[in-house]
Amino acid sequence: MTSMINKAQGLGLSLITKLAGSDVLDQLKLRKFVEKSLYQGSKAGFRALSQTQKAFKPKQISQQRLPQQQKNLFDLSLTEEQKMTSDAMSQFAQEVLLGLAHDADHAAEFPESLWQYIEDLGLNYYALPEALGGVASEQNIVSNLLIAEKLAEGDFSLTAGLLSTFSVINAITRWGSTEVQSMYLPCFAEDSDITATFAIQEATPAFNPYELKTKATLENDQFYIDGEKTLVILGDLADIFLVNADFNGKPDVFVVQCNESISIKNSPAMGLKATETATLRFNHIPALRLGAADFDYTAFLDLGNLMWCAMAVGTCEAVKAYCIKYANERTAFGEPISHRQSVAFMVADMAIEIDAMRMLILNAASLAESGRPFHREAYLAHLLCAEKSMKIGTDGVQILGGHGFTKEHPVERWYRDLRATAILQSGLHA
Amino acid sequence: MNLQNPKKFKMMIDQAHDVAINVLRPISRKYDKAEHAYPKELDMLASLIDGMNEGGEGINAGAAGAGKRGDSDNEGILNGTNMSTALGIIEMCYGDTGLLLSMPRQGLGNSAIAAVANDEQLERFKGTWAAMAITEPGCGSDSAAIRTTATKDGDDYILNGEKIFVTSGERADSVVVWATLDRKAGRAAIKSFVVPKGTPGMKVERLEHKLGIKASDTAVINFTDCRVPAENLLGNAEVDVAKGFAGVMETFDNTRPLVAAMAIGCAKASLERIKEIFKDQLDANYSTPYLQASNLAAQIYRMEAEWEAARLLMLKATWMADNKKPNSKEASIAKAKAGRVGNEITLKCVELAASVGYNEDELLEKWARDSKILDIFEGTQQIQQLIIARRELGKSSSELK
Repeated sequence: MTSMINKAQGLGLSLITKLAGSDVLDQLKLRKFVEKSLYQGSKAGFRALSQTQKAFKPKQISQQRLPQQQKNLFDLSLTEEQKMTSDAMSQFAQEVLLGLAHDADHAAEFPESLWQYIEDLGLNYYALPEALGGVASEQNIVSNLLIAEKLAEGDFSLTAGLLSTFSVINAITRWGSTEVQSMYLPCFAEDSDITATFAIQEATPAFNPYELKTKATLENDQFYIDGEKTLVILGDLADIFLVNADFNGKPDVFVVQCNESISIKNSPAMGLKATETATLRFNHIPALRLGAADFDYTAFLDLGNLMWCAMAVGTCEAVKAYCIKYANERTAFGEPISHRQSVAFMVADMAIEIDAMRMLILNAASLAESGRPFHREAYLAHLLCAEKSMKIGTDGVQILGGHGFTKEHPVERWYRDLRATAILQSGLHA
Repeated sequence: MNLQNPKKFKMMIDQAHDVAINVLRPISRKYDKAEHAYPKELDMLASLIDGMNEGGEGINAGAAGAGKRGDSDNEGILNGTNMSTALGIIEMCYGDTGLLLSMPRQGLGNSAIAAVANDEQLERFKGTWAAMAITEPGCGSDSAAIRTTATKDGDDYILNGEKIFVTSGERADSVVVWATLDRKAGRAAIKSFVVPKGTPGMKVERLEHKLGIKASDTAVINFTDCRVPAENLLGNAEVDVAKGFAGVMETFDNTRPLVAAMAIGCAKASLERIKEIFKDQLDANYSTPYLQASNLAAQIYRMEAEWEAARLLMLKATWMADNKKPNSKEASIAKAKAGRVGNEITLKCVELAASVGYNEDELLEKWARDSKILDIFEGTQQIQQLIIARRELGKSSSELK
């Protein structure tokens, strides 16, 4: 109580101080809410990153590139490994993520307990090449997307948080120069506490990732980043950021280490709340250029977008499953509402479009991992997923009617999260 | 995981594409105008296709290829006849959907024969061109309500009833007729009979005048005490209430993806033409983000995404059929998606091209008329949704009506 009053006084809000001392709050069960808002309020405004800077010990390694896969027949079957991984992720999503999702969203906090799971699931090792102690022996883009899809059946935001470091490792493995890989890959292999994320979006309406306000400059062989990025997932906890910036009129991607001159501001959004979205300000921060000669900015974006698309498919599966259960249990006019075509056809359309999205995503991913051009396919997949996933999100709330509008049911959370599919560019990486 | 067309079908697809451009397109408008005239150009084409098929993997331009029972001792993943037929159909319908439906010896009845006939029947009906007669004036999607009767009389069955919407009903060599052995026994009593053209008691009453696919004739056929030999009943003559309708419905699992392929082919024609018309407004490399694209470009990209989705869903259904995986739901998903998307695309392309699209100088308006039937026959959009919804919700047809 004292600390809360102190906090309130610190903000100079005498009215709230009075409120904090009153019993009315407890009677109305408002205390937690007010405390929470005060806490959030006290965090508003830019501050220094709370993560302390890690010392990275680079180890010289040769440049890593995962080999491409060979394909011949049209084949939708999963490999044994893909089946096992999918099952494990599905189970984890149902048993762990689904249960944590509501509170994480409500508290707008990534649950502490999940960090241990990242290690237990060995996610980072899926991404790391064999030479560095990981298990990746070839490009596994389809497998990575299956992981994202299955996890997102549990929760969209938590999956994004779970996969951000994994995604950065994927990106560094696929694109990193020898210098960048030597600097970071051995560290990821040795220290599972290192977390990483992407700083890609800018606060520009109709944001175009090819026209960036954030600038990179080169001074005495050292890159520096200046600019502001928003919707950064777990921004306050990351040791490493992949930042896109304009360099000499072209977009490029840079690696930035957590640095006390990077300032951060919480920027809660419509959804993705459990990822603690933040706005980051880079003020002449030293950086390494991510890519080598084979870097392809468009493919970098596409491989990120595909992750969000795959997650959208997973979350849409969750919406559909929830709606089926609800529509079969909820009766109106003497029978389950699922006996009405107007409800049943919404469910049928969900099934159709979920599989439609999945096909486009898998097509792009399969082309990508066999080294063929896949931008057209990724572009069309993103376009379709943006539209169809939101349609499913909104129909999910609709089927539950007024109940769907309340936090008693997860469909409103999925609705808010699924809106992100169209908005985000990159931010993860398959 | 691979969703690209298998290389082994490339030559067949290219051949079908050539046929579409060089044989079908040049006569497309002619037979749209001359409704009910027989497209004699197809005879030579059909012989050519028969010849290619004898030689192995040729074009299965129509439904005849579907449901062929592959050799079951084949190990591993198959890309078989269901898929190659569908890929051929896409190209042929890119040429002309009405003409594809008029291809001799490639009728839906052939598909039914391929799916349910016994070995003796397969041999006896080899080379026949079989139309399919299911719909009646009083029953469309509700095929369990069929009123045409088949009464056993010695070694024959006597058929009585009226069939409508029989594609190629006048041109085909024979018609596969759905009739009930016992109206009270419901779906289980519905059987299909091969009735050769010229059988006494079978009479083509008239041909329909239609919105599209005018090159394809659509007949009304009356059966009055029409006597067919008992051995023309396809499959099992037993009325098995437990198994019931399943046998008859299985045909649809193979043919619905093919109708989806028709919608995809028809829409491909419109989409390709509209991209040609607006090539200066489009970005060939898809390098403009969607939000930055012009309204025109964005609409075209959106259609393209929907089209790809329909195409891949259809291929999935055929892949499952080729690999003996139960695919009823996926076949309906493919049909539902392709039916709606095909119609939406062809109509939108007329809208975007405005008077150029609406005018008969272009084929855009024709494709927009042709596509409508593809969201109707072989199970309407709404029937597909019902099937999918029942599966998803775990409901019977008496619960979710």
